[in-house]
Amino acid sequence: MNEFIFFINNVVVSGLVLGSVYALGGIGITLVFGILRFAHFAHGDMMTMGAFVTFLLAAMLTATGIVLPIPLAIIVLPFAMLITAGLALGIDRGFYQPLRARGARPVTLLIGSIGVTLIIQGLIRLVFGTGTYSFFDEAPKVLYRVPVPLFDAQRTINFTQPQVLMVFATILVVVVLHLFLTRSKFGKAMRAMADNADLAQVSGINTKLVIRVTWIIAGSLACLAGTMLALDVTLKPDLAFNIVLPLFAAAIVGGLGQAYGAIAGGFLIGFAEVCAVFNWAILLRPFKDRFPEWFEIPNNLAIVPTEYKLTVAFVILVITLLVRPTGIFKGASS
Amino acid sequence: MIKRTLGLYALLVVLFAGVGFQLGAANISLLLVQSFAYALIALGLNIQWGYGGLFNFGIMGFLMVGGFAVTLVSFPVNPEFWASDGPLLLGRALLAALIGAGLIIGARFSDRIGITGRLKTVLMVISWIAAYIIYRSQIDPAAAYIEATEAGWVGGLGLHPVLGWAFGGLLAAGIAFIIGKICLGLRTDYLAIATIGISEIVRALLKNMDWLSRGTLTVSPIPWPVPLPQDYQASGVEIAQSFVYARLGFLVLVVIVLALIFFLVQRAYGGPWGRMMRAIRDNYIAAGAMGKNVTARQLEIFIFGSVLMAIGGAILVSFAQIYDPGSYQPINQTFLIWVMLIVGGAGNNWGAMFGGLLIYLAWMVSDPLAQFVFNTISTWSSDAGLGAIPDIQSRASQMRVLVLGLVITVALRYTPRGLLPEVMHRER
Repeated sequence: MNEFIFFINNVVVSGLVLGSVYALGGIGITLVFGILRFAHFAHGDMMTMGAFVTFLLAAMLTATGIVLPIPLAIIVLPFAMLITAGLALGIDRGFYQPLRARGARPVTLLIGSIGVTLIIQGLIRLVFGTGTYSFFDEAPKVLYRVPVPLFDAQRTINFTQPQVLMVFATILVVVVLHLFLTRSKFGKAMRAMADNADLAQVSGINTKLVIRVTWIIAGSLACLAGTMLALDVTLKPDLAFNIVLPLFAAAIVGGLGQAYGAIAGGFLIGFAEVCAVFNWAILLRPFKDRFPEWFEIPNNLAIVPTEYKLTVAFVILVITLLVRPTGIFKGASS
Repeated sequence: MIKRTLGLYALLVVLFAGVGFQLGAANISLLLVQSFAYALIALGLNIQWGYGGLFNFGIMGFLMVGGFAVTLVSFPVNPEFWASDGPLLLGRALLAALIGAGLIIGARFSDRIGITGRLKTVLMVISWIAAYIIYRSQIDPAAAYIEATEAGWVGGLGLHPVLGWAFGGLLAAGIAFIIGKICLGLRTDYLAIATIGISEIVRALLKNMDWLSRGTLTVSPIPWPVPLPQDYQASGVEIAQSFVYARLGFLVLVVIVLALIFFLVQRAYGGPWGRMMRAIRDNYIAAGAMGKNVTARQLEIFIFGSVLMAIGGAILVSFAQIYDPGSYQPINQTFLIWVMLIVGGAGNNWGAMFGGLLIYLAWMVSDPLAQFVFNTISTWSSDAGLGAIPDIQSRASQMRVLVLGLVITVALRYTPRGLLPEVMHRER
């Protein structure tokens, strides 16, 4: 039984957490691709930027001396999301809109987004240095240990408060986004534009406004995702830059332009990563007596060594691109 | 156009001379060698993106391959490894890899014996899994054995470094062939993401295969193809002078390599082959209709470009005398090269070379420049009673990332075709 709880801790809980991060980030990438038709590389750094905005606001709140049972970051998160959405709008106006107005190809916008990546990262490093920051300097992270009263298990199922918050935030975002896309006028306009931008324009949809709404959603989601990630690990300038490729993998596996696809792809990649590095021999050990005499359970049955955890996402990405480039849900193509 | 090219290159000479006077002869010769190596890499990207319109974002991977190749070829032989059981175990792993490859190829051609459709797909998946298990069962003990014994890693072959550069090109050609076969059917932005993914896989492998590349333990000192500063010192040259002499010797070699490759590339561009490539880039459907084999030509161009990148990467590692797989970053390698090409001018070899030299200079001087600016502001602010800026040293070295980002966005906005754009010859 202990082995099974170890499995839950290392695969189910970590997979859920990692999948939530990838899903939250992947939705933003896929929305921008659906509407604007380019791979927005700077999304990872928008996440980092959002996390730093939250950090600054939380630090300001801490300075007033307020202490609450939940991390202060959660209280200031809505404001941080607003600010990041504003910054995202500003980035679009300053960098992408002039390129679009010139009729530049999606590839040029992609290169432009790399420039934005470098600018955001350079500014963050210039202001905050290269060190790491923690949201939990004042109050320690709350750790939950759930005992399992079955089959004399000694181990407990462990997870932290930010991890619970992250999973709930993902569920909330998915529900709200679903309602927004299917029920509201703007959501329908967005889907129409993702489907066929020209047709949407001639049927009277204000495409400029739709683009602005897209950036507001992408920016606020990036802030949410970045803050959640920073709460789970630590805050550093290359926080999300390192996972921008798994995020793209999530978006592509799910089908670029498909919001639901990004969620599915995010959890798929998250679980694939943790399953690939999990040592499956542990699950076999309780059944040692059932195996024939000559069979010896190897010490390590992980599919790939732990160092290659991120590589799993790239391998899945490459296989998807080869076998089914449109992704699980049929994605958009430019 | 010629006037503009000459003018910009004259400006470049002035810039390098100015920086040279500031930093001294030893530093500028170091900067020159590196910037010429980067110019070679930018030339490689120009072949891929400028001639062929292929969106390669995996430059870092090819630089690492080049660096690895030169390490393997030119580093002195490791006698402990060859005396141990290591070569035998590695031979077995190689055999296992070949058996695995045989299985996969066999499954690929299984339709010849009547296995088709879904059954073939299942067979393919099973053969991949079987090949992976067979290979892992042999390579894991071999790697563990080599890392545990005195030898530590396989060591080099002790050959001349220039051979290593050539081997880097050859190895990169092989890898580019595989990548190209897999990815070139993809659309541009998918191709970009796929190549980044593959270069990250290459990085993960070279960083963690300690038995092959020593991983993060790093390999040094890698021998030079020309006399080292120490050799000059041994023959009685002063220390400061010896560095200048040695680096100038290296510079001559790099310039010869660059000039040779540049000549060939320029000739190819002007010839029928170059015209065909531009036709494929601008309208591959029409080019295909004219009877050009678009996929094969794109594969060709992808391989050529990658070879130049790997040679450039090998030169950089040779020059630095240290191979550290942990030091490779997408920002420092891949994105920097893209900025060079965009600023210089895609499709124009002179432009690519100009961009390589200029951006590398800007990349290197923005650190001391930022430090100077910060120090000035810091003095001013502490005089004004606001306190000094903390950690100037570490912050200033981050300045170049910002500078790079600003340069590329400004270039995209105001000179989208680069400072030396492609010249279109139209025949009436």
